[in-house]
Amino acid sequence: MVAATETPLYGLMAEFTDATAIVAAARKAHCSGYRKMDAFSPFPIEELGEALGYHTRGRLPKLVLAGGLAGCALGFALQYWCNAVDYPLNIGGRPLNSWPSFIPITFEMTILAASLAAVLGMLALNGLPRPYHPVFNVPEFRLASRDRFFLCIEASDAKFDPDATRSFLEGLSPGHVYEVAS
Amino acid sequence: MTQEPRTEITEQPGEPSILAPGHTFASVSDKIGSIVLARGTRLGWLVGFTLSFLLLMILVLSISVLLLKGVGIWGVNIPVGWGFAIINFVWWIGIGHAGTLISAILLLLRQTWRTSINRFAEAMTLFAVACAGLFPLIHMGRPWFFYWMTPYPSTMGLWPNFRSPLVWDVFAVSTYGTVSLLFWFVGLIPDLATLRDRSKNRAARKIYGILAMGWRGSAVHWHRYEVASLLLAGLATPLVVSVHTVVSFDFTIGIIPGWHSTIFPPYFVAGAIYAGFAMVLLIAIPLRAVYGLQDFITAKHLRNMAKVLLATSMIVSYGYMMEAFFAWYSGNPYEKSMILSRMTGPYAWIYWMLLACNLVTPQLLWFARVRDSIPGLFAISLVVSLGMWLERFVIVVTSLSRDFLPSSWGMYYPTRWDYGTFLGSIGLFLTLLFLFIRFLPMISIFEMRTLLPEAEVEEHGGRH
Repeated sequence: MVAATETPLYGLMAEFTDATAIVAAARKAHCSGYRKMDAFSPFPIEELGEALGYHTRGRLPKLVLAGGLAGCALGFALQYWCNAVDYPLNIGGRPLNSWPSFIPITFEMTILAASLAAVLGMLALNGLPRPYHPVFNVPEFRLASRDRFFLCIEASDAKFDPDATRSFLEGLSPGHVYEVAS
Repeated sequence: MTQEPRTEITEQPGEPSILAPGHTFASVSDKIGSIVLARGTRLGWLVGFTLSFLLLMILVLSISVLLLKGVGIWGVNIPVGWGFAIINFVWWIGIGHAGTLISAILLLLRQTWRTSINRFAEAMTLFAVACAGLFPLIHMGRPWFFYWMTPYPSTMGLWPNFRSPLVWDVFAVSTYGTVSLLFWFVGLIPDLATLRDRSKNRAARKIYGILAMGWRGSAVHWHRYEVASLLLAGLATPLVVSVHTVVSFDFTIGIIPGWHSTIFPPYFVAGAIYAGFAMVLLIAIPLRAVYGLQDFITAKHLRNMAKVLLATSMIVSYGYMMEAFFAWYSGNPYEKSMILSRMTGPYAWIYWMLLACNLVTPQLLWFARVRDSIPGLFAISLVVSLGMWLERFVIVVTSLSRDFLPSSWGMYYPTRWDYGTFLGSIGLFLTLLFLFIRFLPMISIFEMRTLLPEAEVEEHGGRH
């Protein structure tokens, strides 16, 4: 997350009422050179991240793959070490490393570790849990989880200027433009 | 960019849609959210919850007596050492599978009609797994030593035997429970934020706020959220197949006639989906009537679920036929006498009742009139749930009651504690379900928003 600057203003936020408008607004803001901004919507909009200039190839899939591989290796190693090395167990004369019977648990551990990596990785990369965030200072922002769409340009952006940015946002024909206190 | 046709939600004459027309982002959010926030605790809910809670108290009583006196209070003995506990375990875990199927497999297959039923189906999964997990625990005789099944460095220097399907079961069921919980919770996060923002009660706002973890619907967050959901769905799909496969290994790895069969894994998985969809219907039909959710859970949902029920019934019936065929074709006298004892022995009436429930009754679903009849679907789902329980009874009890030597044969008679524990587990399931309906949105609000035509972004001039 972006560190708050000395100014008490976190940024300016424009409110929109439909999905098409927020995507168009985000795209225009990106084209005008704004970078430190975020858009908020009540449901996932595929085009929105892209419009903000966010590159969709993230780290999460790699994390999940790493989690899965680690779970797989640890799951097998656990069974091998326990039943073949630390306390060799002869069951019906089968080889100590009877790997086919180790597959089910190896598989379950793979899935478990990969799922945990997916959920915890998603939360960590998103910086959640984070109960406080400056955007919540705008009372109308609670509609972001109902039917409103918001575009917030942060004051720490290089191109940010309280007046110029405000008139830029107003030029996007939003419902409102709010000041976000930090 | 060309618009993808969204035919599912445009009203066509004769074909019901998956979302009634006329809804907006706000109306969808308010309608589902208000069931939790504005409706309050009504008498009907209170009565239902109280009855479920009373059943749950039967479970508490049964388990208390069990812990005091031991498994001798049940009807299990040699040769039938696996009674109601294992039957109920397999039945409950099977019911859970439909939730994962709806939330994961249908998500990957882009079946948008799943949207309005996935949330409570996932909750059903979670509660069914909780009921299922209870039974092997209390079946152990000394449940307080359950941790002996997990690999931990004990002072005895021993490790579990990882070649045993019973240990596989521990890993499969606990992984399934954990992943189901994660999947369900991740799905809930944006809706918890909606409840946080809409709640007028301070305490509720705090609790939903803590659970929502500060979700604010940022575009970048949504993107990672969608990636995580898809990956979880991709992981849960093989998981759900593996779980019931491992459960069937509990039987097939043994050399008991009637158990030692390669048809078991696919037939168990199909049976699980079959029983689970019956339970989803049993829950969906009263829910949509009581909470007026006919706009969201439409006739099309019920119709689709009826078709899944019919298809899985055919797979399960194929399994029954193949069991009989294998017994004959193998030429193994034990297998042969096993299937004959199922058909003509002391438990024959249960076997034929099972076929009547699972093979004959669902054939009614070939008729569109039955698929469209809500009482009809409810009745068939009840019959199917009973049938699937009987199937597990037949598998567990008939095979064990006829040992290899006639001198070792024995009958299994369940005691009132067996019935009490079973009824009590239904109480646990219903209690959790009632609490879920009261405190959490039973339909995924944010996913319903994506079904609206307004959710589609109209762009001209293409994307860069």
